[in-house]
Amino acid sequence: MAREGGLFDRGLEGLSHNFLTGNLERLVKWARYNSTFPATFGLACCAIEMMGTGAAHYDLARFGMEVFRASPRQADLMIVAGRVSQKMAPVLRQIYDQMAEPKWVISMGVCASTGGMFNNYAIVQGVDQIVPVDVYAPGCPPGPMTLMHAILTLHEKIKTGELTKRRGAGEGAGLVIEQRPR
Amino acid sequence: MGYLEGFGVTLKQIFGDRVTTQYPKQKAPKPERAHGRHVLNRYEDGMEKCIGCELCAGVCPARCIYVRGADNPIDDPVSPGERYGYVYEINYLRCIHCDMCVEACPTEAITETKLFEFSFTNRLDAIYTKDELLVDDEGRPRRLPWEDWRPGEEIPTSAWMRATAPAGNAAFEGVVAWSGELGFGVREPEPDQAHADTSVAPLAGSGSHDHGETDHGHGGGH
Repeated sequence: MAREGGLFDRGLEGLSHNFLTGNLERLVKWARYNSTFPATFGLACCAIEMMGTGAAHYDLARFGMEVFRASPRQADLMIVAGRVSQKMAPVLRQIYDQMAEPKWVISMGVCASTGGMFNNYAIVQGVDQIVPVDVYAPGCPPGPMTLMHAILTLHEKIKTGELTKRRGAGEGAGLVIEQRPR
Repeated sequence: MGYLEGFGVTLKQIFGDRVTTQYPKQKAPKPERAHGRHVLNRYEDGMEKCIGCELCAGVCPARCIYVRGADNPIDDPVSPGERYGYVYEINYLRCIHCDMCVEACPTEAITETKLFEFSFTNRLDAIYTKDELLVDDEGRPRRLPWEDWRPGEEIPTSAWMRATAPAGNAAFEGVVAWSGELGFGVREPEPDQAHADTSVAPLAGSGSHDHGETDHGHGGGH
């Protein structure tokens, strides 16, 4: 890493690349993906599978995320588990807004992702119209291993993503989410 | 000293059996009737089974299948029928894996694998087209980068079951059968439920059951 007399002769300028910040970034990412606390956001039958994933047979504690936080301030990840009704949508958005950065969203199940078989006036046809979604888990409901696959996909995303960049408007599902001016 | 009993319960668990499935390293076994992502099968001569009749799209309660049929080219037919599935798309963010498309299919073209471990970071990845659904030249399902296939998992594909009798027989009992297909040939159906309770059905569908009377639900009421 340090070339011939690099660090001692020319200081940090002699380094080929930012190895200090690079390793710090890896450390921060390691801490992030190993302690992604989910918010408790079970809405329907997917929540049963989400509970089963947290229980002993699949044991989310292996990924450091066994505590489902009831307060959005303490959560990093929102697992939207179940169908989102039109009436629940502002609540969901508010909980997402209350979560501290960095925050991620997993859309668990087909109802949360697209409305699934509930193609009617009461259900939001895809939770990515409300919040930006990182990973979609298919299935009705997704089994615990599907949810864990989605969580591992999210881990990859945290590992390979940028550290400080926040999600811009229009990312996620490619939809622009407009905030109402307060 | 009542609180020590609680520690005793915890201590006892250390010596018991571990129940946790260590998922990224191993998978929990799946039942033979588990529903996963679909495949489009091909005949043993390599022809596609789909005839583009759109019955699967019609029966789908989630409206996740889009099919468009086209006439077979005379010089180079794709399927043995008159028409073939020209466009075949399944949106896995709508599919609820109810298996009704498999039941509706007249040629056993669409079946479900047991693969359930997949997730998407992009909505477009979730729409599987014919390139992804159709089995490859060896009759194996295609492995996409966001799917978690393990060795040997592609063997129990092409299982299908008719849950209700076409003639409306209430005593009809559906049995999982395997369609004859590319790469796997014809396999024995699973035993009916009176025998299935006594025998442990293997996941891989190694059909060594010699129940000659098992009608695999094709011909209606028995």
